Amino acid sequence: MGFKELGINAMPLPGAMPAFRASIDAGELRALCEKSRSQKARLVALWGSDEIPRGGGYALHLALAAPSGLLWLTVPLAREQARYPGIADIYSSADRMQRAAYDLFGIYALDNHDRRKWLRHGAWPSDVFPLRKEFNIATRSAAKEDQYPFIKVEGEGVHEIPVGPVHAGTIEPGHFRFSIVGEKILRLEERLGYKHKGIEKRFETMTLEEGARLAGRISGDSTVAYAWAYAMAVEGITGGIEPPRRALALRGILLELERIANHLGDLGYLGNDVGLSFGFFQFWRLKEDLLRLNARLFGHRYLMDLIVPGGVARDLSLPDADLLLNQLEKIRVDVATLKSIYDEHAGAQDRFIMTGKVSSELAEKMGLTGFAGRASGIFRDLRIDYSIPPYQELGVQLASHTRGDVAARVSVRFDELAESIRLIHTLVRQLPSGEIRAPLAEAASGAAGIGWVEGWRGEILIALEAGEDNSVHRCHAHDPSWQNWPVLQHAVIGNIVPDFPLINKSFNLSYSGHDL
Amino acid sequence: MYQLLKQIAKTGIKTEAAPRTDETLRLLQQRLQEGILNYLGRALAIRHVDAGSCNGCELEIHATNSPYYNLERLGIKFVASPRHADMLLVTGPVSRHMETALKRTYQATPDPKLVVAIGDCGCNGGIFGENYASCGSVANVIPVDVAVPGCPPSPLAIMQGILTAISK
Repeated sequence: MGFKELGINAMPLPGAMPAFRASIDAGELRALCEKSRSQKARLVALWGSDEIPRGGGYALHLALAAPSGLLWLTVPLAREQARYPGIADIYSSADRMQRAAYDLFGIYALDNHDRRKWLRHGAWPSDVFPLRKEFNIATRSAAKEDQYPFIKVEGEGVHEIPVGPVHAGTIEPGHFRFSIVGEKILRLEERLGYKHKGIEKRFETMTLEEGARLAGRISGDSTVAYAWAYAMAVEGITGGIEPPRRALALRGILLELERIANHLGDLGYLGNDVGLSFGFFQFWRLKEDLLRLNARLFGHRYLMDLIVPGGVARDLSLPDADLLLNQLEKIRVDVATLKSIYDEHAGAQDRFIMTGKVSSELAEKMGLTGFAGRASGIFRDLRIDYSIPPYQELGVQLASHTRGDVAARVSVRFDELAESIRLIHTLVRQLPSGEIRAPLAEAASGAAGIGWVEGWRGEILIALEAGEDNSVHRCHAHDPSWQNWPVLQHAVIGNIVPDFPLINKSFNLSYSGHDL
Repeated sequence: MYQLLKQIAKTGIKTEAAPRTDETLRLLQQRLQEGILNYLGRALAIRHVDAGSCNGCELEIHATNSPYYNLERLGIKFVASPRHADMLLVTGPVSRHMETALKRTYQATPDPKLVVAIGDCGCNGGIFGENYASCGSVANVIPVDVAVPGCPPSPLAIMQGILTAISK
């Protein structure tokens, strides 16, 4: 069995990604996390569950990524003593996840230095835990005044700028508390959770198949990645059925199209944010061309609901594939021109270089993920590290940089855009013939599945457990923004306030994917 | 600089015609007098409020400013404060954690004002519906003049909703 490197016996989970599952006692948790940290295994996610209807208590779950695959650890917790030793000092990204697990399940991390609520604002009281099974999804608690103690920075000339939840631009809601002196940012503290809309509880009212539509709406800009991760988890749960090769190649095409569209949009806004509105108009023209083609070829501009458990919902004909390649070639040529314009634009480069810097040490320590991690010397990409079809034979080239500033994130985005176009060319040329959807088997109650996909922003995880009659017992969706939001607080230190929108956009993190 | 100018010249003008209005999107009778409408039609200021969306609708609102749609050429622009706005463009099922912020934003918008709800979730709560953390549709929280369905609605549909709200 797997995970000898951590000295535990884990059972392999059926499914596309190498994933294993093990159960440990709370007393062993810290030693295991320390060991995994020392062996460079990273924390992907931490969440809770309620096992009382199944005759247990509560449970804490961790997903750790090691070279041999993903380890899903379950720590059973007694109903009366739902506590466990906190691990935020070992994995700093665990801090907010532990606080969220308390808000939703009432499972408590001992010795966590930060005991403030995280996802809970005023919609439910502190002694109510909405993800417990006994809690009815329709229960509306009376709204309470929301109190949240921000950390105060004091000293001569220090003042605060509170921003949000309603922001000045077309941005998702969240609150940023800046402590500044003059124009310089001394500290940024984020407060999220404004978009919490009960997604995980909603999953539990659905069948495994119905859940696919909801998964595609956890974070709209990553709908393909979420839908794929969810489909992968369902395919694992139903005995590890493998979608047809053609469906897997089409999934790869869809995921790379999503990556291209998001990088095009953000590269445009990064130009706009430094006063180069030329960049916004050019990149958004290219993005619109692509979205229109998406609608024509696949029936949806953002490719929603196309990846379904078992395969894909729509095929790509040969003439349509040619249209796609022609359009991508036009985009490739124009992006190359725009890259040289950005590279040679002194004003833009002056704003990009050395702004919002994240060192590789900090990135490693805080678990920075996705393209932002790759711009800070964290050379990880699920498409390469755990290469499964259709990526196996493509030889995905890792885009990377080491400086970790806005310019590095811009550079990685340009490189990934070009690489995604190359990947789609290869996938289309080698598109296998055959079916696009395999029938799903019945899911055994209690069966578990993992979906793990390198979305454009970073790694997206779906950890799914089936209930009776193909229902969802628990679906935990993890967005890479959980890891990256805390790093943004560090990236802005010492920068000036007007550079915050630029730094923020260079990461472009999801609020909805985080708040659930 | 030469390369930049060449690219602008090569690209040319991409802006397309604006959509017609659609009265079936209207939920409330026109609240504004004709004189104000004549005025607003040429200088409408919009404050966007994301009250809990999946961020899909935001992608399409961004796209209304792209060269193909170029909303600003119609005199319609997005502003940074509700105090400068004539219209709120609201997305999402309204999460209960955004309920207060949305109500306060509505109160901060000077009268006369209009509200356009965007997307299936803004119209009826969408796939999220109403639950312990979601109020469902925008109309459950503030008065809505025009509601635009779609998941997400296209940029043209969003423009159509905005134009319908300021039509007689």
